[in-house]
Amino acid sequence: MSAETKQILTTDGIPLEVSLKKAERKNKIKAFLLVAPLLLFLLITYIFPIGDMLMRSVDDKMVTQMLPKTFKSMETWDGKELPPEEVFEAFYLDYKKLIEDKTFGKLSTQLNYTKNGFKSILKKLQRKMKKFEEGNYKEQITAVHPRWENVEYWRAIKRRAPAYTSAKYLKGMDMYINEEGKIVNVEEDRRVHRILWLRTLEVAFFVTLLCFLMAYPIAHLLATLPMKYSNLLMICVLLPFWTSLLVRTASWMILLQQQGVVNDFFVMTGLVPDDARPEMMYNKTGTYVAMTQILLPFMVLPLYSVMKTISPSLMRAGKSLGGTPFIAFWKVYFPLTIPGIGAGCLLVFILAIGYYITPALVGGASGTLISNQIAFHMKSTLDWSFASAMGLMLLTGVLAIYWVYNKLVGVDNIKLG
Amino acid sequence: MALPKYTETRYRVWHYFYITICSCVFFFLIAPLFVIFPLSFNAEEFLSFSEGMKNLDPDAFSLRWYKDMIYGTKNPWGLAAKNSFIIAIFATLGSVLLGTVAALGLSSRHMPFKGLIMATLISPMIVPLIISGVAIFFFMAKAGLAATHTGIVLAHIILGTPFVVITVTATLSGFDHSVTRAASSLGSDPVNTFMKITLPLILPGVISGGLFAFVTSFDEVVVVLFLAGLENTTIPIQMWTGLREQLSPTILAVATCLIILSTLILVTAELLRRRSERLRGINR
Repeated sequence: MSAETKQILTTDGIPLEVSLKKAERKNKIKAFLLVAPLLLFLLITYIFPIGDMLMRSVDDKMVTQMLPKTFKSMETWDGKELPPEEVFEAFYLDYKKLIEDKTFGKLSTQLNYTKNGFKSILKKLQRKMKKFEEGNYKEQITAVHPRWENVEYWRAIKRRAPAYTSAKYLKGMDMYINEEGKIVNVEEDRRVHRILWLRTLEVAFFVTLLCFLMAYPIAHLLATLPMKYSNLLMICVLLPFWTSLLVRTASWMILLQQQGVVNDFFVMTGLVPDDARPEMMYNKTGTYVAMTQILLPFMVLPLYSVMKTISPSLMRAGKSLGGTPFIAFWKVYFPLTIPGIGAGCLLVFILAIGYYITPALVGGASGTLISNQIAFHMKSTLDWSFASAMGLMLLTGVLAIYWVYNKLVGVDNIKLG
Repeated sequence: MALPKYTETRYRVWHYFYITICSCVFFFLIAPLFVIFPLSFNAEEFLSFSEGMKNLDPDAFSLRWYKDMIYGTKNPWGLAAKNSFIIAIFATLGSVLLGTVAALGLSSRHMPFKGLIMATLISPMIVPLIISGVAIFFFMAKAGLAATHTGIVLAHIILGTPFVVITVTATLSGFDHSVTRAASSLGSDPVNTFMKITLPLILPGVISGGLFAFVTSFDEVVVVLFLAGLENTTIPIQMWTGLREQLSPTILAVATCLIILSTLILVTAELLRRRSERLRGINR
């Protein structure tokens, strides 16, 4: 028999294989068209803007565009001695153009970031330049201020030539590129960001740990109690879960303040004297307590949904085979709950690492986290490229955690109640 | 939980220890919410219990902060509440519409690149809010939608759809596709099949996804802080400013109202969950 006669034909005379493939493709397109509106919407309003953040964080075109002639003429300059006359001439022409456009202030701010001391000499140059004569710009510029004779300032200008920079990322890790072009740490007393990163990790880690330690027993209780009681107790978990974050933060602010209920209680029981009420808010303690309570439901719910599926007879079997309740728990019950522990810890850790509102309200200066720094640069200093760089560093961290989790446990196990 | 009579003393002790720990944790979870109730009826301007309140003196309680919330001059709560509801309702409608349709496509076994697309669709839930806030702000600023209701609604649709996608795909995972095939074989067109057969069956999932989206929008403050102008103030923004600047008991009156609202939402969500489980034949 030849291959052709083996083919099964549909009633239209088309081979079945082709017809099935066509139907399959049609179904594929149909399914994709259903997803397309949301996918497109998210791509435009969300995914691309995150890409935009990446562009902003490395973008350094501003200086490149302000001094085009200078950078072109600097290409052949080796940077060892003062640049030749053409560079001075190009710089003069570029700067003159900026003065005409009234944008020279931006240049002095930008160059001052790279090297301190630019602001004043650029200002002086701007005043003196009106009287400049044509030709021999090197002599005329260096006569304005001795710093213009210093080759380090010209090297600093050259460092701003590339259109892209990693400076913002380095700044986020308290590092910078020094005059020799090496990456070095900033002075010890100015390292603010590293402390923040470490603190964010520390708070996220301990909040996750505290949540786990508190959630495990109550999730177990909820899963083993008869429905009648567990449904009632479940309200204690679900009501905070559905309540506004700000309401819960407000209640912690009332509880933890110096004249607050917790301190009143401490004084009443004689734990602390009335005139030495401990400061529990506007520091790390406040951040820990409030964040733990706020994130606890996110740990309880995944644990509960896993524990609910574990049959009680397994524990009984473990005990009847001679294990003490503790051994039965440790060898039988606990390993079965690991997917729930993984999901809960991932959820809480990721939420905690990007937390903003609660630390900002109850954290004070010693309890703020990296998110607060990002918001500060977005709203106060308006250094958006730095905010973008820090945001992306945080995002990379979160995605890395997510990736590790996916390798270890699998993301499909996450569900919402 | 009664213990059997033969339980050894040390397990008895352990058991009561365990119950005590659990009670403490439950107390820790729920008690902070209940501090707000009595304090919102405080007659004085402080955020702690006055002597009168401790002695249950009726004069120490009043409704003045509730009156202030509703009638107070220069009080932004009315505008904030109006904005919050408008934004949340439109954001919920948008999220439910886009999310449900996408979930239908995602649950089809013909869907290409399922993992990648699912990851993209739920990414706003995974990415820390502050980063979403920055990214969305950049987009809205470019599109000229910063400080407009439309901008905030769109932002909340972004944040709300993952919940709808997740709840509806979960509902659809237990869905018996032979009923839609039966409908088609009886001559119903796809739209009619969806409206008459699929939608009623997945409705609990859709509504609970919608509730998540509503609460997300109603409670969202990080992104709105970047986007909102004075005209677009919402309840969370007002609370945020209030908590940062002057802690007035009016905030507690608002908070009490919000707790009542969240209780209502909780009850609805619970009822829906049970109905959905019944419909899907999950009986425990």
